[in-house]
Order: sequence, then C-alpha cells, then structure tokens
Amino acid sequence: MKITLKRIGMLSLMAASLPAQAHKLWLLPSHTSVSEPQWITVDASISNDLFDVERPYPLDNLEVTGPDGEAATVENPFQGHRRSVFDVNLDKPGSYRIAVAKPGYFLMYQVDGERKRARGMDADKLLAQVPQNASDVKLTEVHNRLESVVTLGAPSQAAIHPTGKGMELEMLTHPNDLYAGETAQWRLLVDGKPAAGVAMELVPGGTRYRDSQDNWTVTSNDKGLLSITWPQAGRYYLEAASSDDKVSNKKADQRRLQYLGTVEVLPM
Amino acid sequence: MRLLPVALFSLLASYASADTFQVEVEVPRLRVAEYHAPYVAFWVESPDRSTIVPLGLWYDDQENWLKDIRQWWRRTGRGQQKPYDGLTGATRSPGKHAVDFGELPDLQNLPEGDYHLVVEAAREVGGREVVRLPFQWPARNNQQQQINGTSELGTVTLSITP
Repeated sequence: MKITLKRIGMLSLMAASLPAQAHKLWLLPSHTSVSEPQWITVDASISNDLFDVERPYPLDNLEVTGPDGEAATVENPFQGHRRSVFDVNLDKPGSYRIAVAKPGYFLMYQVDGERKRARGMDADKLLAQVPQNASDVKLTEVHNRLESVVTLGAPSQAAIHPTGKGMELEMLTHPNDLYAGETAQWRLLVDGKPAAGVAMELVPGGTRYRDSQDNWTVTSNDKGLLSITWPQAGRYYLEAASSDDKVSNKKADQRRLQYLGTVEVLPM
Repeated sequence: MRLLPVALFSLLASYASADTFQVEVEVPRLRVAEYHAPYVAFWVESPDRSTIVPLGLWYDDQENWLKDIRQWWRRTGRGQQKPYDGLTGATRSPGKHAVDFGELPDLQNLPEGDYHLVVEAAREVGGREVVRLPFQWPARNNQQQQINGTSELGTVTLSITP
C-alpha cells in the first residue's frame, strides 16, 4: 500500500481533484428572523432538489451557538428516512449559528483495473479494506461544514464569529440581513486566513419546479472577498470547496474542505 | 368496383410500416463541475395525447430517477414496469447518437394521423428539456424534421423513409 504525500508550497487550493459532491448537503431552518422568543425547527438533508428532502444528514456533530457564545438549547433531534430534524430554542435576542461540521474520510483505489471508492469516519477501518494488490490508494480527509444562521430581534456578531478551523465564511454582511437586489460581502477563510481564488456556487431553492439549476458562481478575490448580488427573494444554497495538504491524520494524502450554507433573501 | 382500389389502398395503409424511423440526438457537451449523462426518453403522441406510444429510454438502471423524466413518466413511464417499452439502453455520452425505431410493432401499427415524436432529456443535478417533432403517419414520402434544443438537447433530427 502506497501513500504519497504531495508537498505543495503555497496554501494550495488545488482545483477539485476529487469528484464533485454527488448531492447537496443542507440545513434548512423554518424561520431565519423572528420577533419574539420561540422555537424554530431545522431540517438536515442530502438531496438534488433544493430544498426538498431526499436522505437524512446525520446530526452527530451538531453545534448550535447562541448570541452569548454559549450552546443553545436543542430538542427533538430525530433521524428519519428522508431527513434529520431538530428544534432550537431562540430564547435570547441576537443571532444563532447552527452548524454541523463533520470530519470524515474518502478513500479511492484501483484494483484489477476497477476504481473503488469508500467513505467513512474511521481512516484505519477504511484502509483495512484495501486489498494487497490495490494501486493508486488515496485517502482524503474531508471536512464538511453545513451552516445556517437565524436571529431573534436584531442581528448580532458573537455567535457567527469564525472559529479559525477549516473553511468558513466571515459574514461582513449579516446573513439575516439579505435583500433582493443588494450585494452581500463575505470573506472566505481557510483555517482563519483569507482564501483567494476559491469559487462559490450559488443555487436558488425551488429546483423541483423549474427545468434548470439557475446556479451561478462567484470567485473570491485576492483578499478572499466574495461579492454576491441576490437576483430575487428566496432561499439559496451556497457551496465552496478547496483542497490542501494540511491533514490532521498523517495517513491521509490531502484535505478537502467544504462550506455548505443556506441563506434566506427577502424582497426589498 | 370503384371502391376496390380505395379498399385495397386502406388495407395497405393499415399495414404500412416505415422502413426507417430514425432519430438522431445530440447530447450536448456541458462544462459543469458535476456531470451525469442525461436520461433520455422517446415516445410518440397524438395531438390530444389519446395515443401514446413509448419508443425508447436511455437510463442507467436506477429506477429512482425515472420520475425526473417528468413528462415521459406521466404519459407512459409510471404505468410500465421494467423492462420498459421500446428500445432501452444505457445513457449516452456527449455526441451524436442515432437510433432507428422503425421496427417497433407499436409504431408500425399506429393508426393514420398526425403525431409528434417527443424527446425528453433530464440530467441529474442539471436541467430538463423536451422537444417535439411533427410527422404524418403512415409515411408515404420521405419526411425529415429537425429541431435544436437549447439546454439539455442539441440537434434532434427525425428521418422517416416509407
């Protein structure tokens, strides 16, 4: 079994050398902006149609941060056949970050002329399944960050401050302050540092009822800044990805980072 | 006696089968991050859709996504079971592909009239497109129809020779 560690000098943002995500992973809050303390509910699913549920997204690493920076109250976590669900209590004024940041591994190898793939949470278990005569073994550390922000009363910053780990968005324009026709400014970060030249794909919700994706792409500038003008009101799915060699598990060849966000844009 | 030729003709007409009912479909090459070859369905329908004749289906054996070929599914697919009616096969890669439905009995037995050939393409994490090409049946002369798709289909050509 052969593992090659490629050393690449710069903060390498290799163009997608992995197959693109087969489906979209998303969190969808029932409300993004409320005016008195209340519970909201959130769906977590993996699907092609936005935001229609297809398969449940596991909630193992769910983290809801309240306006004071403390964990908010979550109840009724549930994994069904088509989606996972949980409720969040918005009991303090300000913004809440709902995030599922799940580390995992993606394994690829060739055996008898066939390309094999596997996913899992445990690198050793994955590597154990590789046959002796396999070639081109490649283990990738995958960090997916699903995120959505909701607010009781006026938006606040404490909960949405970047953690400095993996791929994140520094939301200069507050995500609960988005209006059709206006432009949001966000900074894409990798491990807390601006990530330049990374493409973010945006897809409006409601794919089931149209014949095209209507997606578009914005690319971060040399300061990591993304400028996104919202064509119309509705919910949007955001996806950005990059790869580098900053693995936390030495058995992995590379690290793949993904940011998967959901935002709501209101009519002006 | 004067009726005889007419009777003879209509007898022949009901028997008339086209030698070829060739459909050439261009699967467009798309520059997208995630590409899956489209599922494509072919069928014939009468103007009021009282007659629907399924001709063929290109799919990758994943029944789960057949519903996404939305019109085909509604007109005929949902009433069928594997193996699907007509000439079925795997999805096709970008490029031009020709298929001749001329020998399908359901097509040969189609009553005289005006019809449309319908071609529908649906691509996973992509879009969907439907095109319609008119033709007369049975074919007494060579007929050719062409249409250019705008998103999921390139040029679609129907060539019928009696």
